[in-house]
Amino acid sequence: MSDTTEVRSLSYVMAFNEAVRLSMRADESIFCAGEDIGAFGGVFGTYGGLQKEFGERRVVDTPISEQAIIGLGVGSSVSGLRPIVDLMFMDFVCVALDQIVNQAAKLKYMFGGKATLPLTITMAGGAGLSAAAQHSQSLEALLCHIPGLKVVYPSNPYDMKGLMVSCIRENNPTVMVKHKRLLGMTGPVPEDLYAIPLGVADVKRPGKDVTVVSFGRMANESLAAADVLASEGIDCEVIDPRTLQPFDTATVVESARKTHRVIVVHEAVRFGGIGAEIAAQIQEEAFDFLDAPVGRIGAPFSPVPFSPALEKHYVPDAISIATGIRNLLGRPVPGA
Amino acid sequence: MEPTREVLLDLHRRMVRIRLFEEAAGRLAEKGQLPGFLHLYVGEEAVASGVCANLTNADSITSTHRGHGHLVAKGGQFRPMMAELMGKATGYCNGKGGSMHISSLELGMLGANGIVGAGSPIAVGAAFSHKYRDDGNVAVAFFGDGATNIGAFHEAANMACALQLPIVFACENNEYGEFTRRDKTMAITDIVDRAQGYGMPGVIVDGMDAVAVYEAAAEAVARARAGKGPTLLEAKTYRFYNHHGVQNLGLKYRPDSEVEVWKQRDPIFTLEARLITLNVMSAEDATAEWDLQRSDIADAIAFAEASPLPDQDQLLEDVYTKMIPVMA
Repeated sequence: MSDTTEVRSLSYVMAFNEAVRLSMRADESIFCAGEDIGAFGGVFGTYGGLQKEFGERRVVDTPISEQAIIGLGVGSSVSGLRPIVDLMFMDFVCVALDQIVNQAAKLKYMFGGKATLPLTITMAGGAGLSAAAQHSQSLEALLCHIPGLKVVYPSNPYDMKGLMVSCIRENNPTVMVKHKRLLGMTGPVPEDLYAIPLGVADVKRPGKDVTVVSFGRMANESLAAADVLASEGIDCEVIDPRTLQPFDTATVVESARKTHRVIVVHEAVRFGGIGAEIAAQIQEEAFDFLDAPVGRIGAPFSPVPFSPALEKHYVPDAISIATGIRNLLGRPVPGA
Repeated sequence: MEPTREVLLDLHRRMVRIRLFEEAAGRLAEKGQLPGFLHLYVGEEAVASGVCANLTNADSITSTHRGHGHLVAKGGQFRPMMAELMGKATGYCNGKGGSMHISSLELGMLGANGIVGAGSPIAVGAAFSHKYRDDGNVAVAFFGDGATNIGAFHEAANMACALQLPIVFACENNEYGEFTRRDKTMAITDIVDRAQGYGMPGVIVDGMDAVAVYEAAAEAVARARAGKGPTLLEAKTYRFYNHHGVQNLGLKYRPDSEVEVWKQRDPIFTLEARLITLNVMSAEDATAEWDLQRSDIADAIAFAEASPLPDQDQLLEDVYTKMIPVMA
């Protein structure tokens, strides 16, 4: 980022919008397509105002046809355009899975490297809006399991803009996940076009007692938990990988060697979640440095419930994360 | 549009090349010299040839699991094709795709595809690119009758019509979805009945008649180039061999008599007889053409056999396009 750029407060959703807008102004080969993104501006306002600026040619309202939306992205990217296609909700990945997994992710490899797919797929993930089991999932582990895809999951407006710019510039099929509960989050965002490289973690809070690896909305909940624990004399290092595939193992392992204790926090169900992979990698590379097994905090093994009364127990929060960290460290709960 | 003499000879050549490539591939497979699955296009040559004779390298096509014929018709060379089937480093896909993913982006061939119906949404994307760039080129999605039973086809057809894209949906109706008769899997007789539901014209053509396919495709392609939107072209055709492999008779799911009836309508010999009658070519010319292409096949097999296998260090290459790091 240049020194002269104006930094002002911007929401997570508008940081996304600005990344798309500035990128489109700079590159005629970029277009957007998806359900309701044109005249309506996207269900969360993510694409708001873009059709007005760039017209129907470059901001395309599509039918409710997720396979064809991804196919549109695959076919247009492999033939020279730089599409951004929107799936609205992360759950709808399941409707388009063939085009994502069997086509987008594999075309380059199957064609002996001769294809390039500068394709960005955007979607809103995560729970917390009583959107129930088909509009609240965190399916990032499923996507990270597929060679050929990159997966990005920002936790704040600044990272959102810089990472989205990188997604658009990326010459591989890349999934950008926006967390629904972060859309209104505000924070400092420079006005100019800046990029945050994919695959580079960010130490959101340095600390010495325990490493907390977390991303998306959970990174912020982990930071809130770290504030609580600081008052108890526990110094947490919070690392946000920002990109889940490729995963910045080196930064996490370096931290594990320093703090000797690691806990991974995500919103997806624990079983088979990306926390399992992160824990395995840490144990492979830093086993002798660990004073405790790598901990994992995630959702229980059930679909996301509808009722707010149930959902609040489903999604980890600062309180449950703090409890998990205390347990990992063998520390008593204050006042207990 | 009545095809010119050049077009007629071109159709003949494309079909002969497909037939010889497929017969050679079948023989190699029988000898165990080709790894993996093999889906032969023999019997359907008039469709790929008749359609692709209307296209240039700048036009895009998507193909199917039965894709060799589409690549040959689009200008594919035998050497890298045969090498790809053998899994050699000199193949079109450096040995990473094989028969089911054979492709050549330089020729606008966006890949054979192992997933039935998956090519159509990709062709929609290619057609979108052509319209976006206003380059006058078109996309053609090849697929079978079976693919019109899968959702991806319907999503692609509807989106292409909604966006009025320059695309032709070319259905090769060979009466069987893998090992099941078409009439067991759909309640309609003609695939083109589906076209009306999306707001595009549907045209039935005799898929054993290369000239008929050429003429119908010419109209559909011209329509797409003129910005008038998609067409569904249904070519009634037949595969002479099994769904995969080289067995043709004695199959449990279709009677030998049916195969024999269709083989009487062999698209290449039909055209050849017609061209000889029309004095477009002599019997000697026809023989010379077969011999010429046979020598090309022999050369390709020798090339492929002599070609190196991919090195182990290629295993992890091409998973991703390498990016120059972009710093803030």
